[in-house]
Amino acid sequence: MANISLELLALQTFTGLALGSVFVLLGIGLSLIFGLLTVVNFAHGAFYMLGAYAGVFLIGLTGNFWLTLALVPVVVGCIGLGVERFLVRPLYGRGIDYPLLLTFGLGLVLVELVRITYGLDGVPFDTPKELRGATDLGFGFFPTYRIFIIGITALIVTALWLFIEKTSFGLVIRSGARDPEIVRVLGTDISKVWLIVFAIGTGVAGLAGVLSAPMRSVIPDMGTTVLVEAFVVTVVGGMGSLVGAVVAGLLVGVVVSITSLVAPELSDLSMFVLMALVLLIRPQGLFGKKGLMG
Amino acid sequence: MSDKKQTTKKGVSRRNVIKGVAAGAAIVATGPALFNIAKADGHAIKIGMPVPLTGPYGKESQEQARCAQIAVDQFNAAGGMGGRMAELLPRDTKLKAGEAATRTLELIEKDGADFICGSLSASVQLAINAVTKERKKIFMSISQSDGINEAKHFSRYTFHEAMNPHMTAGAVGRYVFPRNKKRVAFLIADYAYGHEMARGFKRAGEAAGIEVVAEVKHPLATKDFSTFLPQIQAARPDVLCLCNFGYDQLNSLKQSSNFGMKEQMLMVAPALLYSQRLSGGADPYEGVIGGTNYHWTLENSIASSKAFNDAYRKSNNGMPPSDYGGYGFSGVASLLKAVKAAGSTDTDAVITALEGLKYDNYKGGQRYRGCDHQSVQDVHIIASKSKKDMANDYDLFDILHTDSANEGVLRTCDELSKLT
Repeated sequence: MANISLELLALQTFTGLALGSVFVLLGIGLSLIFGLLTVVNFAHGAFYMLGAYAGVFLIGLTGNFWLTLALVPVVVGCIGLGVERFLVRPLYGRGIDYPLLLTFGLGLVLVELVRITYGLDGVPFDTPKELRGATDLGFGFFPTYRIFIIGITALIVTALWLFIEKTSFGLVIRSGARDPEIVRVLGTDISKVWLIVFAIGTGVAGLAGVLSAPMRSVIPDMGTTVLVEAFVVTVVGGMGSLVGAVVAGLLVGVVVSITSLVAPELSDLSMFVLMALVLLIRPQGLFGKKGLMG
Repeated sequence: MSDKKQTTKKGVSRRNVIKGVAAGAAIVATGPALFNIAKADGHAIKIGMPVPLTGPYGKESQEQARCAQIAVDQFNAAGGMGGRMAELLPRDTKLKAGEAATRTLELIEKDGADFICGSLSASVQLAINAVTKERKKIFMSISQSDGINEAKHFSRYTFHEAMNPHMTAGAVGRYVFPRNKKRVAFLIADYAYGHEMARGFKRAGEAAGIEVVAEVKHPLATKDFSTFLPQIQAARPDVLCLCNFGYDQLNSLKQSSNFGMKEQMLMVAPALLYSQRLSGGADPYEGVIGGTNYHWTLENSIASSKAFNDAYRKSNNGMPPSDYGGYGFSGVASLLKAVKAAGSTDTDAVITALEGLKYDNYKGGQRYRGCDHQSVQDVHIIASKSKKDMANDYDLFDILHTDSANEGVLRTCDELSKLT
């Protein structure tokens, strides 16, 4: 567009960071499960969608957004528990494409189940009263709700980092990711660790879903594009890297945002161009370890 | 008996299942042949309906098929055409032009459809139109498009029951712009329909002397609109025209309300959709102004609306029909009225009957204009109600104003004839 002022540029960059934090939230669950279990979870988008619908269900039941927000990750995480225990676990040690195909199919089934239950068309989900409207940032107004999402994302990332890096259970997780054999020999039940990691990953996906509900339409297909976005973030950041997911999410957000300002028609494309560039220069992603897929 | 050994717990043997499946497959395979026999006997009047039953517009087109079926049932209940009954053949286009063209060809060649009525999305419509034009079958189009009126695509076989973006965006613009809304911003879905809506607004805007302060094109099926919104806010418009459809409309509205934009500017949409408003909830839509062909509350003043609503309610648990459902009903009802008037399913005779038809199917008087077969009809300007103002779950819109059926809201025949 014609005159791009400094204020607009600042606001646009901030919008990009806010969008980036949504991407981080989308990508982090996928990245976590891949990094620690080497499972490429193609049902990630479906868990995200389940989160939104669980939110719709729970808010109808409780009428309280905050309670819903707390319960949704637990509910979706519990579904994740079941999925890992009974569907994914029998496939460990069979190569990376087995769980990939399984979760791909599972995603289709979950979407279809929601279609049967809630119908093809969307369901309403209002922004909570406390978070409506816009806040003055000095260089422009910004939706209070999106600022809230930035906060939640920061909180989740910090909590996950502390959990994995600073607790003894986190130590087991990390060592399990590096060499499950040795961990098992040392007498730790590694399958329990994987179960919990899978549940956390799906729980975060569910949380992202319910957080998106006031912004995006709640429809059974809502996870499809999210899966793609989450993959872009994970690939750019490096499969399995928590730091990578954060940096890549924010980077993708800013790139999309600035492209929207200069050439809005190309905004969709921009994240894929970014991904292609990163893959050309650093095939393992910005923070990825070499040879994980091998 | 070896069969007994294979009998499962539920008492169905595997062999019987296989036999059943084989028999079913045989019926499916010979089905088209049976249809051909029916056609040769000259019994059923067949209306092929290629619509995107699955995919993002699934809800709208299922509704269209439901309403079209009501038109068929009413025709049959009234004795058909001298005892000849009508039959509706819905087919899924999956919202793809190629798929739609194939299904249409099948409907004509294999199923022996006499007429084609249907489809959503401008490009799919044009693909069907190309087939019907070539096969010399009447196509009654029931979704919005400007292109279909233009000389490049129009043929004497083409009829357009739906409104077009020029009419709707124009009507909304003429209502909104003169009321001191001079600074105008556009958010446009980057495809034919989006561009057509924006053009309709700008035409109406020229007369009102509007100033276009921002024009942002977004990719089709965008999920997050946040990055498009700051530049629109920075331009400080009085009114924002949302030139998009379906979930794009809902997502952009949800997110711009989050940005507090509804307090800063008036939001308008050329086609404010009933089903999107229903699934989006009252809050994001509150106060949004738009255009529509139909809202069921017209029944308070129009007898045909009441009759249509009642027929729909009877088979849909008391729910009223939607705006796009109205198109489906009216498109098929017009075809059948013309068949009755012509006393034949002969294409040329029905074309002549349609051209001379003055009809009131569901929303007051309509007719097809001679030069482009565009249905001349009322355009209603509506505003979305707040939750507390709704009398019931389906009482979604206030009708603010009606541009009554006249050719003045269309592009002139002369202009259209030059668009080759």
